[in-house]
Amino acid sequence: MPMPPRLRLALIAPLAALTVSACGINSIPTAEEGAKARWADVQNEYQRRADLVPNLVATVQGYAQQEKSVLTAVTEARARATAITVSPDQLDDPAKLRQLNQAQGELSQALGRLLAVTENYPDLKSNANFLALQSQLEGTENRIAIARRDYNQAVQTYNTRIRTFPDAIGAKIFYGAKPMATFEATTPNAEKAPTVQF
Amino acid sequence: MLAALASPHPGGLHRALAGIAALLAALLLLLASPAHALTFPPFTGLVVDAAHILPADRAAALTAKLEAFQQKTGRQLVVATVPSLEGRDIADYGYQLGRAWSVGLSDVNNGAILLVAPNERRVRIEAGYGLEPVLTDAFASVIITTQILPRFRAGDMAGGIEAGVDALVTQLSLPDDQAKARLEAAVAAFDKAHRRGNDGAPVSLIFWGIVALFVLLSMIRNRGGGRRYRGGAAPVVLWGPGLGGGWGGRGQGWGGGHGGGSSGGWMGGGFTGGGGGSFGGGGASGGW
Repeated sequence: MPMPPRLRLALIAPLAALTVSACGINSIPTAEEGAKARWADVQNEYQRRADLVPNLVATVQGYAQQEKSVLTAVTEARARATAITVSPDQLDDPAKLRQLNQAQGELSQALGRLLAVTENYPDLKSNANFLALQSQLEGTENRIAIARRDYNQAVQTYNTRIRTFPDAIGAKIFYGAKPMATFEATTPNAEKAPTVQF
Repeated sequence: MLAALASPHPGGLHRALAGIAALLAALLLLLASPAHALTFPPFTGLVVDAAHILPADRAAALTAKLEAFQQKTGRQLVVATVPSLEGRDIADYGYQLGRAWSVGLSDVNNGAILLVAPNERRVRIEAGYGLEPVLTDAFASVIITTQILPRFRAGDMAGGIEAGVDALVTQLSLPDDQAKARLEAAVAAFDKAHRRGNDGAPVSLIFWGIVALFVLLSMIRNRGGGRRYRGGAAPVVLWGPGLGGGWGGRGQGWGGGHGGGSSGGWMGGGFTGGGGGSFGGGGASGGW
């Protein structure tokens, strides 16, 4: 017995809707936007640190002018780090992310050396302004670490989604979705705190 | 199964089985995600003294103070002492503890934790996202160095915690008009969800219910015919992944198991459990 055409349509329409949604028509963009939002968090935290640096340099300069080379290194590292921006659309390019990671890592190291030399200046270390800046810098480094981790997790979710059944079908057919890059510790010893040398 | 439907190739069944295996593997991976690697004490009240450094009467007084604070301001401040940081830095442990307990309300993220690890001799003030402008890193650092650490160094753990809580309560009680409207909205949302006891049916569930009803109806009207029956049964198996897709992202909303004993809502006094607040590393740490 052949099915009347209208009835057949009635059966096919919801099936098609289910098929399409099970292929990630909604969930892939959701995961992608989630990862991009976490990326925005990462950039905000990097910006926050970049904003702190001039104040910190100015404060240290007032007490420790002879540390010119360390101060210059920080200022230059900041300039290099802020020159590199990665827009959300470039996140599928691991090279771009690696470049940013390296520049920001160098700024971290320069700041570490700066904080290390401040140990030699007791007046500076008891300066309230400096103490406030130092705690803000610590908090910002902590926020950067968390934002990077959250971003990595969001990307991992997204990458798993577009590579596994059933969303892999939708990822290929509708979106041509490409996996996003995650942060890795690329600079040697970047994950370790810089060593202090006097 | 879906691949078999969607794929034009005859060998679709094998691929579908491989796909299901991959999905199961992905689910297992999610369960074993590193965020859950730490174990936290249960969130039993606004003072969780898992390290047992507070005498019972002073812990009770602190609890009352913190509950009054939440009732007055809508913000949630929690004192936690832990026997071990499990080898992590206190900043790393602290924000994950805040997220695990979902301290503060979701959306406004207005929770804060005073975390003490007596065995590691570390203390931290962890500020939720929404409190970062009020409870800045610098201010948290000042509270730690001027109020808490001197007493801890003298061996007065309870006194240090009380002094820290007093300073935090004072700072966080200051009026903040801009945040007020958003806070009220979040409190209303919490109370609504709290009364009902769950999230309510997600919109997608209603949608798929209607679709399923539609399919069933057309099957009944056209009864008999095994081939059509199979066509109708397949979606039932397939919603799982479709429904699951919508979640993810950060706001875990309500999470299970946090519902406290109080029935008066977020600002009704008593312990409410966490409200879905999240943390991003604001605050400061110190050691003694």
